Amino acid sequence: MTAPPTPPLLDMQDIRKAFSGVTALAGAALTVGSGEVHALIGQNGAGKSTLIKVLTGAYRRDAGTIRFAEQEVDFASPLAAQRGGIATIYQEVNLIPLRSVAENVFLGREPLRFGIVQWGQMNREATRLLQELGLTLDVTRPLGAFSTAVQQMVALARAVSISARLVIMDEPTSSLNEREVETLFGVIRTLKSRGVSVIFVSHRLDELYRVCDRITVMRDGATVYTGEMSGITRLELVEQMLGRTVKSEGAQTGFVRSGEGGAPLLSARDVTGGRLRGASVDVRAGELVGLGGLLGSGRSELARVIFGADHAQGGEVHLQGQERPPRSPADAIRAGVGFCSEDRKGEGIIPDLSVRENLTLALLPQLARAGVVDTARQAQIVDDFIDRLGIKTSDPEHPIRELSGGNQQKVMLARWLATQPRLLILDEPTRGIDVGAKAEIQRMIGELAQGGLGVLMISSEIEELLEGCHAVTVLLDGQSVARLEGADLNEGALLHAMAQGGASPEAERA
Amino acid sequence: MVSHDRSRSARLVSALSQSGVLIALIALLVFGGVRYASLNFLGAYNVVSVLQGTAPYALTALGMCFVIITGGIDLSVGSVVGLSGVVAALLSPYGPGVALLGAVGAGLVVGLVNGLIITRLNIQPFITTLATLLGAHGAALLLSHNAGVTVAPAVVDLGQIKWLSIGIMLGAYVIGAVTLRWARFGRNALAVGGGADASRLMGLNVPRVLMGVYLLSGALAGLAGLLISAQSGAGQPNEGGGWELSAIAAVVVGGTLLTGGVGSVWATLTGSLLLGVILNMLNFENGLGVVSLSPYWQSVIRGGFLLVVVVLQSRAAQGRDP
Amino acid sequence: MSGPTSTTAASSVPRARPAAPGLLGDLRQVRASVLILFVLLAFNALFTPHFLTLQALNVNLTQVATIIIVAMGMTLVIATGGVDLSVGSLMAISGVLAPLIFLSGAFVQAPTLGLILSFLVPVIVTLGFGVLNGLFVTRLRLQPIVATLVLYIAGRGIAQVITNGQLQSFSNPGFSYLGLGRPLGVPFQVYVMLVVVALTYWVVKRTVFGRNVLATGGNAAAARLSGVPVGRVTVQVYAISGLLAGIAGLIVVAINRSSDANQVGQGMELDAIAAVAVGGTLLSGGRAQVLGTFLGALIIQLIRFTLLTRGVPDAGAMVVKAAVIVAAVALQQRRRRE
Repeated sequence: MTAPPTPPLLDMQDIRKAFSGVTALAGAALTVGSGEVHALIGQNGAGKSTLIKVLTGAYRRDAGTIRFAEQEVDFASPLAAQRGGIATIYQEVNLIPLRSVAENVFLGREPLRFGIVQWGQMNREATRLLQELGLTLDVTRPLGAFSTAVQQMVALARAVSISARLVIMDEPTSSLNEREVETLFGVIRTLKSRGVSVIFVSHRLDELYRVCDRITVMRDGATVYTGEMSGITRLELVEQMLGRTVKSEGAQTGFVRSGEGGAPLLSARDVTGGRLRGASVDVRAGELVGLGGLLGSGRSELARVIFGADHAQGGEVHLQGQERPPRSPADAIRAGVGFCSEDRKGEGIIPDLSVRENLTLALLPQLARAGVVDTARQAQIVDDFIDRLGIKTSDPEHPIRELSGGNQQKVMLARWLATQPRLLILDEPTRGIDVGAKAEIQRMIGELAQGGLGVLMISSEIEELLEGCHAVTVLLDGQSVARLEGADLNEGALLHAMAQGGASPEAERA
Repeated sequence: MVSHDRSRSARLVSALSQSGVLIALIALLVFGGVRYASLNFLGAYNVVSVLQGTAPYALTALGMCFVIITGGIDLSVGSVVGLSGVVAALLSPYGPGVALLGAVGAGLVVGLVNGLIITRLNIQPFITTLATLLGAHGAALLLSHNAGVTVAPAVVDLGQIKWLSIGIMLGAYVIGAVTLRWARFGRNALAVGGGADASRLMGLNVPRVLMGVYLLSGALAGLAGLLISAQSGAGQPNEGGGWELSAIAAVVVGGTLLTGGVGSVWATLTGSLLLGVILNMLNFENGLGVVSLSPYWQSVIRGGFLLVVVVLQSRAAQGRDP
Repeated sequence: MSGPTSTTAASSVPRARPAAPGLLGDLRQVRASVLILFVLLAFNALFTPHFLTLQALNVNLTQVATIIIVAMGMTLVIATGGVDLSVGSLMAISGVLAPLIFLSGAFVQAPTLGLILSFLVPVIVTLGFGVLNGLFVTRLRLQPIVATLVLYIAGRGIAQVITNGQLQSFSNPGFSYLGLGRPLGVPFQVYVMLVVVALTYWVVKRTVFGRNVLATGGNAAAARLSGVPVGRVTVQVYAISGLLAGIAGLIVVAINRSSDANQVGQGMELDAIAAVAVGGTLLSGGRAQVLGTFLGALIIQLIRFTLLTRGVPDAGAMVVKAAVIVAAVALQQRRRRE
């Protein structure tokens, strides 16, 4: 670990934070020098966003010290942090799309004369500010008319004009194209030259190397690596992030790998659209196929296309026994496909409905006679699954929002298992779940595949992919770059494919 | 930038949807001017009558416009019209000034209650103002003992001065337009409607802005109540029933989205006038004596206009962010 | 089930169910409303002369029956996260259509057919308008307030145009039975109301449609991913709301023995929404407290009745009603946040 050259602008030490007993941060540290672009990376659940929220006052920390500009600070709210000189630019730009660019830069501090907004002055100032960042645009147009890249740069301009000394950018490039990324990087370099520091959260490794000076890697709520960007290779970086520096021995997950797969269930070929730029994947009956790749590589997007929730621009999706690809989720469900979204809150649970109703939601058409739910059968199925999956609930009639994350996830799993699917797509099925429940769910998934179900599992955990899957298809920037099977399915090849594409020289394009 | 073409066409579409109501109004006026030339449709008398008749409605629509810009809704304005009309009538013997203060004051009280419930108790504007709609109507009935209150002659005389009503309406709209465009309050209202969370993060005092728009809406509805009772000579407690929805219709026809964040004061005035002209034209159509249309067609036509305009707008909005 | 895990445990171990999913469990959810209702009833029983008579009961039930019928449809619409402002106008349409049919010359020879059609046609027409509302929301993607505002304005106009704004008086015992008939001494409409409440309760509790309504309002994205036909469900709730408004319109006209396009259903949208809000159904959707709405309407009615018998004018009762709405919603929100 190297110390930053000048006294650091930001110094966070031994930050701890727990949410109702679950540890999110266990002694995290982050040190950023003046005029430094600092990469902050880690997997989902590693604690990056919690750390940032602690810094900006969205969360209160349980323990630890934060020094900013050589003063101990404890911001009460993001607004207070902003006033203190720390601006955050979120992925979903936190500006007002309907208002003009200039207004967004100056909202709340418009130049006034006799209570009248001085539009001319405001527009000139905004134009000048943006020009300083190398951006020439019509500041009188609504912000929403511009691309996300421009919106982010307007957010930057606002940050600069309120004299922010530290700008946090949370996955700023995830929805930008090549040229927009270039422009954004130009702006970041301009900021840097003015002595403004940037914390850059991203999962596109090549970008980190292009723009960042130093890097902090987080895993399991703690800082596991800090150093010069140039001092670490891509492979080492991925290893640090996933915590797999040495080949570990023995099973770390609850998976039991079953025999070989049967008849082909799913074949997706060269799917394009949105983030996807030619993704292919195959799943056979009784096969557990992993879908690997870094965040933003297009894994969830591919899953949604297969399930009919989104529509592809190109390529084909073929489900066994179906003439056409599913046009809607209902269509896919009828064809025997289930899909467990990674966004349990937003796309999984219906919070106010009971565990029972949530569990049988996808099954309802089959549970009903003439539109009336067969409650006896429903209760039986629900009880059955509560026992089988060990769902801990005092009462299946209670709203599902009262359950823990792990138990909610089991209900989601049960929702799909109840439909007796032939193909189950699981998007990060074990994320945000405590260790015990995690192993249970992993064991269950393995057993399901043994029972003849085809499973396509998206996971960011290398152990899950290595130990659970018969084969792993790796996506990189929306393209499937490798399908690893048998002896090829090993840690080195997987990490290599995730970081650079191509498992090994002879790896075929799936 | 890549988005240049898209945004230019989006701008055109949005400009069209904003001026769509103006085009519709002009088309109606041209049509009426030609068809009812013999009846002097565009004559000063008729134009002034329509403007005077529209004034109270237009005032409530102006307040509604500010509320809707913040993403809220104010269902209580109709009852406020009745309440403040009664208050104005009761106070009219003490002179026009007192009547004015009383009417606007009554509106401000209801607006204050709305604002407090919405910002302090966090109850949705729809429910809040639904309750105050009942409350204000009840208060109007209580104060008037469920009967019309005669307005003192001095105030009635003022009410008959057509240019006074029109002047108040135009004055309010000019101030409203200036406020929305050039005052921080107006810009803040637009910002809050465009994104309350983002506004809060940028340091705006969101509750204060919300408080302001409901006070404004109450005050303008109060003014409308004064005008209508001065024009008619009596403060009717049941006056204003259903005005809230007409006001919403005028605002929506004017191109302001109920989602908040955008809005035009002048388009709201145009929307109010459009709805007023439809009734006026029906009268003229019957005056021609060719066909006899019941005046009740006005509601059907208004509803039809509302549908067409909002559909065009939603198309435009969808074109804006594909 | 193809999974290899043991399924035998389920059948052998009966699961304890602390809160039964039945009527009792639901009454427990709205126990505050039940309590308030009992207090009001007890108060009146003690202090209001002649309260415990069939007549007093009938007065109250007659006044509240149409509100409750319309509020049932409104509960479903609001459960999907929408709102229906057009119910009052749709009542007017159905109310003016019915007399037109049984008074028309076409059915002089076949009065029974005329009577049957005068029940069916208006309700089918308002159902159709409800479908239209639903299509405005789903196909044209209008906000529910705006979408139903169109028919709020145009609907009453249509009713007025049909009758040219004239009051139609009639004397038709067969039709008026809907409003004035008293089987077992209780107004017929009260039976209609009870049937509608029971049906709505049953639909929400027991049918796929009921689950779909709650899922759509609770989390539309998740509902869609679970195969719920979100668009179709939305159209259906507005259709039901239209249908029930049509029935309520018929009842009002039957009671009055005349139809007045200007008056039938005036302000009904607000009464129905108030009942739903007091009943504990969130305006943001995802819940449908059918019993709550029923009790909410009864509470509002009984408060009004109590105040009137105490000599408080109707106007004062309105102010109290306003306070009750705000207090009820504020309390529910507080309880939910905890």
